[in-house]
Amino acid sequence: MTGYILKRLLSAIPVLFGITLIVFLIMALVPGDPATAILGSYATPENVAKLNKELGLDAPMWQRYFIWLGNMLQGDFGQSFALNRPVLDEILERFSATLILAGTAFILCAVFGVAAGVISAANQYGAADKAITFVVLLGISIPSFFLGMMMVLLFAVNLRWLPVSGMVAIYGGSDLPDILKHLIMPALALAVVATGVVARLSRSAMLEVLRQDFIRTARAKGVHEGQVIWRHALRAAMVSIIPVLGIQAGFVLSGAVYIEMVFQWPGVGRMLIDAILKRDILLVQGGVVFVAACYVLFNIIVDVAQSMLDPRIKT
Amino acid sequence: MRSFFKLLFRNRLAAAGAVVMAVVALLALATPFLPLQDPDITKTADRFIRPFSEGHLLGTDHLGRDLLSRLMWGTRLSLAVGFAAAIAAAFIGSAIGIVAGYFGGRSDNIIMRIVDMLMAFPYILLALAIVAALGPGLMNALIAVAAVNVPFFARNIRGITVGIVHKEFIDAAKLAGLGHAKTILSEVLPNVMPVIIIAMSTTIGWMILETAGLSFLGLGSQPPQADLGSMLGEARSALIGNPHTSLVPGFMILVIVMAINLLGDGVRDALDPRLKSGALSRPMAATLVDRNRVPAPSANTNAILSINNLQTQFHVKDRVYKAVGGIDLDINPGECLGIIGESGSGKSVTALSIMGLVASPPGIITGGSVMYDRKDLVGAPYKTLRSYRGDKIAYIFQDPLATLHPLYKVGDQLAEAIRCHHDVPKSEAWASAVHLLKSVRIPNAESRAESFPHELSGGMRQRISIAMALANDPDIIIADEPTTALDVTVQAQILALLNDLRRERGLAIIFITHDFGVVAQLCDRVAVMYAGRIVETGETGNVLADPAHPYTKRLIACVPELGGGRRKLAAIPGLPPAVDKLPDGCAFADRCDKRRAECRSGDIQLRLSLGRPVRCLYPENAPAVRKSA
Repeated sequence: MTGYILKRLLSAIPVLFGITLIVFLIMALVPGDPATAILGSYATPENVAKLNKELGLDAPMWQRYFIWLGNMLQGDFGQSFALNRPVLDEILERFSATLILAGTAFILCAVFGVAAGVISAANQYGAADKAITFVVLLGISIPSFFLGMMMVLLFAVNLRWLPVSGMVAIYGGSDLPDILKHLIMPALALAVVATGVVARLSRSAMLEVLRQDFIRTARAKGVHEGQVIWRHALRAAMVSIIPVLGIQAGFVLSGAVYIEMVFQWPGVGRMLIDAILKRDILLVQGGVVFVAACYVLFNIIVDVAQSMLDPRIKT
Repeated sequence: MRSFFKLLFRNRLAAAGAVVMAVVALLALATPFLPLQDPDITKTADRFIRPFSEGHLLGTDHLGRDLLSRLMWGTRLSLAVGFAAAIAAAFIGSAIGIVAGYFGGRSDNIIMRIVDMLMAFPYILLALAIVAALGPGLMNALIAVAAVNVPFFARNIRGITVGIVHKEFIDAAKLAGLGHAKTILSEVLPNVMPVIIIAMSTTIGWMILETAGLSFLGLGSQPPQADLGSMLGEARSALIGNPHTSLVPGFMILVIVMAINLLGDGVRDALDPRLKSGALSRPMAATLVDRNRVPAPSANTNAILSINNLQTQFHVKDRVYKAVGGIDLDINPGECLGIIGESGSGKSVTALSIMGLVASPPGIITGGSVMYDRKDLVGAPYKTLRSYRGDKIAYIFQDPLATLHPLYKVGDQLAEAIRCHHDVPKSEAWASAVHLLKSVRIPNAESRAESFPHELSGGMRQRISIAMALANDPDIIIADEPTTALDVTVQAQILALLNDLRRERGLAIIFITHDFGVVAQLCDRVAVMYAGRIVETGETGNVLADPAHPYTKRLIACVPELGGGRRKLAAIPGLPPAVDKLPDGCAFADRCDKRRAECRSGDIQLRLSLGRPVRCLYPENAPAVRKSA
């Protein structure tokens, strides 16, 4: 097992390099030069040239890539000119907020999505199946930001159950009830789409498994139907559900950007949008690389979980 | 193509989606010609007019612009961008996928590496990065959304292309001198087209959502031009005071995406042949029972299990397959009864019907009874059935790789069989499991119990299945072709093992097979099945020595005999009749060389011929009858 984890970690290295290269190449498409963006359009050409030199932007592209990469490997993601602070500090602070939001949404989507799929499959064409199928269809068709806005309207404005925004604890405090109160709506809004996707795939994976011969064997043994569904069938179905969960993790992580906008959540997504609108290139680059790298690492965890579940996978 | 649309519109939800989508698309196309107000004229005096006011059916937004007009123009824009992105992504992605899959080798390798790399990004993030580089704007949002979906198409289409590129018709096209481009266009593309359409129909909804999302964030369409996403984005600040400005575009997105998703699912179901047959329905915990008449319990008190006039059917769409058409069988304690017949004769369905294990849907038990322990198992509550399954009546199935759970250790599977019926601690059940493995003569039982099914040989796995059937010391074991998947030497070992176990434990066995050789070795009595009914039953020795039904005779002639001289091996010509349209009279008549006109009409009953029930008007063992006829 340890060997397998090491192997997967090693195989992630080229992927991580690829990610930095792709991000760098995309950012190289940026029209105009950052120095002008920083200094404004009234800057003298001399000042622009001077700043370009200071930022190392006069070097050829491949050199700039390796400088950037080398600095990142040493933990220096550069300086955000708009915020005037190190990119990495800003990312780490914002990422913790996103992680709380996306992590909660991921747990919600995994638990409710799989459960809904299993219940749906076990009652195929029954009332529960039809109800779940309809809700799931609604869930995957509604834009998460619109859902979030509707939730604000209903739960915060009309019913006054929950606060709209203005969480204090995220910056250092550890007021758990405050965090939870502010977390419920955004986490739900973010989880809904992913839950729908997971539920759909879980349903079809379960239907596939329930037709297998070993399910008939379990029934012939006299295993309780509940155990047949939730143990025998679900265990086998998890083999195809887990990769989907991995994809959905990426979805909640990056889809958080909409929810952070709606609920004023101080996460990485909102940071990226601000950075994009202000053309704060280093912050965008760093943020994208950081989140993508986290996602790659998470997928290694998914693979390891998969190999622990399925003894047929060679580790 | 016609049949595709027929299939598509038979699905009512898909049809509803298609209708909604058609209406929305038509309205979007007609927008420039409709008498709408200018969507961009601002009039701050008229801001936030409520819906259903005069002159503004849906009210106005924060700048006093008519919402109905903005909604129509926004829908037009959102649809155009969404479809354009989908077509671009499908075109580029499929082209990359086909090229990679068709040429293979190094170019495939490099392309797929890049695709994998792109898919390592959470993809909204990638879209954000692209917009960050190109700058905000609707065109750039379109490019970003299309670009992040390209890898998805490339990977899917490549998979399909690789699958067909080595088929004969591709080789034939190459041999015929077609160039690569022509081969791809005329041979590969038509075959991957359904997959491209499925992938498109299932992703187009996403793409509309994603473009709306980018516009919502202010990275897509720029004012005053507005698509649905940016309308929602602009309305957000007025959400609490004037929610209608948010509700109007929000619901429009929901309606469009939902209609597209319904339609997309319909397209997928209509194009995917695996789903077309309706094969993806899950079997329920017990077979459905729908008997017109509940038969009176039978009087035979000797039998441990008594099957009376059992009828099991499969209802598939409007067809009815009479898999078991009225079977009577008694099994005595300690007896081994063989049920023999060709595949499709209904022997397995008979065996599965006993404990309600026929897959349902589509299986239904439509008549008869199965008496065990003075209870009718047909129509018994699930609780009763479950308590008997594995405890009193156990099964051994054909292919032990498929019938054992692939992800549990065999020891756990055995222990579970015990713990289903006996409340014993896990450690005790595990010890019994090891003991069971020893009793079916598995060497190193302690370590074998820790193995997973895929780590064992076929013969070993079948021993596990036998051990599992023995776990609760049942009265009856139903063995459904337990040796068919095994090679001959292993087959002999398994038969010997079953025979020994039966004598040691006084088990009754119902042995299902298509092989008279196996019957001769093991069974006391044999029932011959044809087209869902028994055509002959009797002591194995008698039946073998003097078969009464022409079918039995032919079946015995199929068994090669070692050292048995130069007897001709005779296959039975023709096929058994389809059980959804059984002929009148004798079902075997078509293949029988003794048939007469009388064989073709009426229901031919089982009649005693030399003390044996036979379903034939002219049995082989009744010379008197033959002479008189």
